[in-house]
Amino acid sequence: MTERAPIIVVGGGHNGLVCAAYLARAGRRVLVLEAAARAGGCAATHEFHTGFKVSSIAHLLYGLDAQVAGDLNLTQHGLVLAQQNLRSVALHPAAEALVFEGDSVSGAGLAAADRDAFRRFIAARRRFAAVLASWHAAPPPRLALHGWRDALPVGKLGWSVRRLGRKEMRELLRVATMSVDDWLNEYFTNARVKGALALDAVLGARAGPRSGGTVFTSLHRAAGGGSYAVPQGGMGALSAALAHAATAAGAEIRCQAKVAGFEVVAGRVSGMRLASGETLACSAVVSALDPQQTLLGLLGARHLEAEFARRVQHVRATGTAAKLHLALSRAPEFHGLKTQDLGQRLLIAPDADYVERAFNPAKYGEYSPQPVMEVHLPSVHDASMAPAGQHVLSAIVQYAPHNLAAGWPAARSRFLETCLETLSRHWPGLRASILHAELLTPADIAGRVGITGGHWHHGELALDQYLMLRPVPGAAQYATPVGGLYLCSAGTHPGGGVLGTSGRLAAAQLLAREAAP
Amino acid sequence: MSAAVKSRQRYDAIVIGAGHNGLTSAAFLARAGLKVMVLERNSYIGGAAVSRELHQGWIYSNCSYVCSLLRPEIYRALDLARHGLQIVPYGGGVTFTRDGDYLGGYVDKDVKRREIARHNAHDADAWQRYSRDTMRQCRFIRSLLLRTPPDPTSLKLRDLRELLYLGKRFADLGEQGIYDTIRFYTLSIADYLAEYYESDLVRANFSGSGIIGTALGVHSPGTAYVLLHHYMGDVDGQAGAWGYARGGMGAVSKALAGALQSFGGEIRTDAPVEKVLNRGRQVTGVVLASGEEILADRVLSNLDPKRTFLGLLDQKSLQPDLVAKARNFKIRGSSGKLNIALDGLPEFPALGRNHPLHCGDLHFLDSMARFERAYDDWKDGRWSRDPYLDLLIPSMTDPTMTPAGKHYMSVFVQYVPPKVQGRDWTQADRDAFRDTVFDQIETQSPGFRKLVLHAEVRTPLELENEVGLTEGNIFQGELTIDQLFFNRPFPGFAQYRGPLRGLYLCGSATHPGGGVMAAPGANAAREVLLDMGQPEGVPEGWSDD
Amino acid sequence: MMTREHYQHAVYPTPFHPRTSAANKLNLWHRWKDCTVADAYTDVSLEYTALRNACTVFDLSPMTKHRIDGPDALAFMNRLVTRDVAKIKPGRVGYTVWCDDAGQVIDDGTIFHLDAGVYRLCSQERQLDWLQDSALGFDVRIHEETTEVAALALQGPTSCAALKCLGLTGIETLPPFGMRSFPFAGTQLQVSRTGFTGDLGYELWIEPGQALELWDRLFEAGSAVGIKPMGTLALEMSRVEAGFIQAGVDFLPADRAVRPGRTRSPFELDLAWLVDFSKPNFTGRGALLREQAQGSRYRLLRLDVEGNKVAKDAFVYNGRQKVVGVVTSYVWSPAVKASVALASVETPWGRADDELWVDIYYQKELQWNRKMARCRVVAGPFYAPARRKMTPAPEF
Repeated sequence: MTERAPIIVVGGGHNGLVCAAYLARAGRRVLVLEAAARAGGCAATHEFHTGFKVSSIAHLLYGLDAQVAGDLNLTQHGLVLAQQNLRSVALHPAAEALVFEGDSVSGAGLAAADRDAFRRFIAARRRFAAVLASWHAAPPPRLALHGWRDALPVGKLGWSVRRLGRKEMRELLRVATMSVDDWLNEYFTNARVKGALALDAVLGARAGPRSGGTVFTSLHRAAGGGSYAVPQGGMGALSAALAHAATAAGAEIRCQAKVAGFEVVAGRVSGMRLASGETLACSAVVSALDPQQTLLGLLGARHLEAEFARRVQHVRATGTAAKLHLALSRAPEFHGLKTQDLGQRLLIAPDADYVERAFNPAKYGEYSPQPVMEVHLPSVHDASMAPAGQHVLSAIVQYAPHNLAAGWPAARSRFLETCLETLSRHWPGLRASILHAELLTPADIAGRVGITGGHWHHGELALDQYLMLRPVPGAAQYATPVGGLYLCSAGTHPGGGVLGTSGRLAAAQLLAREAAP
Repeated sequence: MSAAVKSRQRYDAIVIGAGHNGLTSAAFLARAGLKVMVLERNSYIGGAAVSRELHQGWIYSNCSYVCSLLRPEIYRALDLARHGLQIVPYGGGVTFTRDGDYLGGYVDKDVKRREIARHNAHDADAWQRYSRDTMRQCRFIRSLLLRTPPDPTSLKLRDLRELLYLGKRFADLGEQGIYDTIRFYTLSIADYLAEYYESDLVRANFSGSGIIGTALGVHSPGTAYVLLHHYMGDVDGQAGAWGYARGGMGAVSKALAGALQSFGGEIRTDAPVEKVLNRGRQVTGVVLASGEEILADRVLSNLDPKRTFLGLLDQKSLQPDLVAKARNFKIRGSSGKLNIALDGLPEFPALGRNHPLHCGDLHFLDSMARFERAYDDWKDGRWSRDPYLDLLIPSMTDPTMTPAGKHYMSVFVQYVPPKVQGRDWTQADRDAFRDTVFDQIETQSPGFRKLVLHAEVRTPLELENEVGLTEGNIFQGELTIDQLFFNRPFPGFAQYRGPLRGLYLCGSATHPGGGVMAAPGANAAREVLLDMGQPEGVPEGWSDD
Repeated sequence: MMTREHYQHAVYPTPFHPRTSAANKLNLWHRWKDCTVADAYTDVSLEYTALRNACTVFDLSPMTKHRIDGPDALAFMNRLVTRDVAKIKPGRVGYTVWCDDAGQVIDDGTIFHLDAGVYRLCSQERQLDWLQDSALGFDVRIHEETTEVAALALQGPTSCAALKCLGLTGIETLPPFGMRSFPFAGTQLQVSRTGFTGDLGYELWIEPGQALELWDRLFEAGSAVGIKPMGTLALEMSRVEAGFIQAGVDFLPADRAVRPGRTRSPFELDLAWLVDFSKPNFTGRGALLREQAQGSRYRLLRLDVEGNKVAKDAFVYNGRQKVVGVVTSYVWSPAVKASVALASVETPWGRADDELWVDIYYQKELQWNRKMARCRVVAGPFYAPARRKMTPAPEF
């Protein structure tokens, strides 16, 4: 008996690996094709300077699907957390840092009213984020409301809101579409608290705190539990554990196998061409690449119907986040930062207007002259990341739009300079301590990991691209209109962040629809 | 207050504020047989729908200036034509380009299509699809305009029935239609337009409607919806068409007042209300600034909820939660206006003479970036250096506005902040603001300044002080989705009833919001009558389009 | 036409306007998109008679025309329309419809395979955006050429004879849906054996500069065989007799339907023969497959209405009681002496033993009457003279 062709998972990012692991555990023959030399995608670690390692793109874990971690026994497959429950620390060039931990915030000059408001704010955010989290656990329903049966899953979504009670339900319906700036203003007077919380809402987004829908992005981030962790060895260690789990379950992972296109026979994906010219047959395909690249690039619009293809084409996916990596000869001394907080999640977003002003240029294809940052020094708690006594600084820097009008080749060094200048304001000794600097713009990320627009979330996380609208209606339940082709990237529900949920839910859909041999 | 004068008269209902919604509410209540009194602070009625002679011989529609949203059901039910109202459609509009050309929005569909094709052939045919999709949204929302929003948290029969109606309207859109609708309500006007049009000019031409009166930029999510407040109206079934009220927007108020009076209702001007009176949870009347008390079991406020709840009510009677809600209600001033008396007709060389669109809406922003930068200026607390103007010369269409041969120009300006960098407007600011606007007009109409005989400069401050619109917000509250439908003005208060028995809101701060639509006033009156056991007093929408 | 001043004329003349206006004794015009065409020239029934008895000329220049070429032209066309374009060989013409994703008809029209891999799509509506958006992922060029090609429909039993008199040697051998080029006045005259009348007939395509020359020489050549100009009113009579549907009349183009459920699929327009599921992917395929499996909502019926009153704006009843549909087109057919109509009827009505009636309101000398008229469902066209399919084409 000849063995049936495998299910091919395109792309060995975390969602691809999760999906492969689930499929393999269900007894399916699975082959993962990864273009790079090692699986990992956005969850990777690389050595950017001799002896200095850094998480290449994503650098903090804040919502890894607990069910994935449990089902796949990631701990057993080698995942060790170097840090958990990171504190968030809002830096200021001229004042003591504010420290956010759980539902309390501390720092000099904080009014009792703001501390109290913070507690109430976190409680509200948790309450509403829990509703989102409940939606994230399952595939989004379709809205084909032909009868009661169709309305049932929608009713379930509604019930999760109704269950909050009358007062909170009303509040969620009110705030869900608001701008985070308006929401914060209802709670706080302290500008720095607002700045830090505003940054949470816009990290990875092509939006500023005054953009409508940023309460939603804030809740989406909090839906993962709202706490941050760092794997020992960087994010690559998570991917290594996932890869280990997948291969242990029987999946095969082939690296340096870049897929060039899909073969379609009678409306069904039957195989694929590799960049090397090799062709592979498959029984089904799950793509962990972003939906646009999968559907318009590898598959090709001609295999789709015209309106569907147009919707895919219009998925909003312009990355605005750059990544800065510094190899430092010594431990940084940020102004107002206590030594014990050096390894925490450091934020440069002194107030919400600063964040908004940083966003303004992105609208015109320009980078922020005064960017916002989320900074982490993995070497503080993980000696494997840098030589002893030396450190690695990893920062997400916004806004650096993918579609820079001036072009990134021309602007790269100027933007790096801008980043260093911003950091120097908090640590004047920075420049003298830099051994090496690496800047990854969204254009670099697009090239390096192969994401359309260099957008981490494989498509903007926004209300118009959420739930049954993600990535587009007609592909929001992981299956695409083309037989045997599934999506499992962050471009599908529930979206971005290193969650693994898309991979898990996509695998379940595939298993339900594609009969076992 | 010790010398409180008690009016001898008792009314069934008092309406605070003679804006178009207040007058509409009052007229419907009077029609249903109630004894109604409308109290107006100013010496003239109309609120923001007024015709004022601020330069001798010139009539200005000095706040609202065009009319399309006024619901025909109300027009007819109150017999406004008999009370002198005449709506005159005007033709199209223009977006000027910086290189001396323009994009004309001709009334004739084929000519308009050709005009778009002159700039971008693809977009000319995409316009068809854009119109279709936007009309779909108009149809959806129109069916909700003359209805009270349900409370989604309520299990009352009526709310459940209304929710079911809403669900059915939603289901009728079809699966893809539902997705499109959700997206429409959450997209920015820029992203919405990008799904149809390639050309930046064509996009810019259509984006003004997404930000007029709104403290958001074209890239802000939620602005696609604002489009509807400029498209959902119609003049005699021509959806999206705009017209003038002959004689200026005061003609709308005058006709409503005429209807009210024909039903026996009364109006008192120069009668600012100081407080709403209550006994326990029941409203008992109002007291005027003069100290005079007027009694009534029902008080309808045409003012926004901030002014009504925080300004007119006994604060002790309010729940702290409600105070917070009223404070958090977003009413942002973002618009200004110039009313200009002209010695002659200004020419626009790009158009040449006798161009049919000369009498339409003239616009000057030809790129999305210019729109967005105009908003960025406002965020920084200053008026836009390169603002979005909606310029009209009503006297080209309406011969009653000026002496023959002279002209009246109405220039709506977006964005203008209620305060300049946090401080109050000064005369110097006002002059500089006026010059900003004049400069932009001059770019397309050289020599325009020489025609100016008089210019009334209206910043949000004037709108607030004269009309009582908080921050000068023309919609009496931002039209963002968190403040729409059952969230307007805020959850729990979207059914026109205030925190006291007998207290109602009837202004644009309630569903379905701003524009000279009169629907909030009609809906509020319906609720009052419903509470009195008269369910048939106010028409619901014609649901057969 | 693309100058800034185009607005000064809301409506434009076609390249034949100097001749059509001179011939238009009634000064009756009809707006067709950017242009005017004659509704009638002398008398509608005489024009109709000329069409069925001799031959007539109709100015169809305003017809929307798109040229499509490039390496992926065939693949693009096949993804666009419902039929298999690979079967339309160079020099051939094919009637087709195209749908949106929901399988609802956007428009119908004809595909002219001008040259290997070069197509012209003729349609009622403009749809450059739909064509361009559909071209995502295809290497094709799409060019709107409506004003670059002037066109006349020469229809009727003596149409072939008229063309022979014009010097188009061998034209009689051109089969239906065939296309041939002839040198003419220093340019090429393209002749296709196509039309909208259900009769023997041709459509002539030429550069606008030679339009008047074509008109003059055609009328000169046809004078011996009774050639006459014909307007849209007589054309409408003939197309209903032929049982042809028209966009905006018998179906609502899907790209302009505001209200859900108002559009029709090819199956619902009796055009199942145009849907080819054996060819590669095309837009609407998924929905049409589902419809094929689950059944359609409507069907298009050709009705022969009892009596002599036309079924104008009439509802269709089943068993005189239940409204089951509406008449979309109607005419008194002089050819078959019957009141005939096209109707859209809900499924399953219109089955062999269903009794269909139409509700007719008519007036004689301002007195209004109402009449229920029984209908017979007719398969195929109401009037189909054998000459329309004969090759070689007959002389008369």
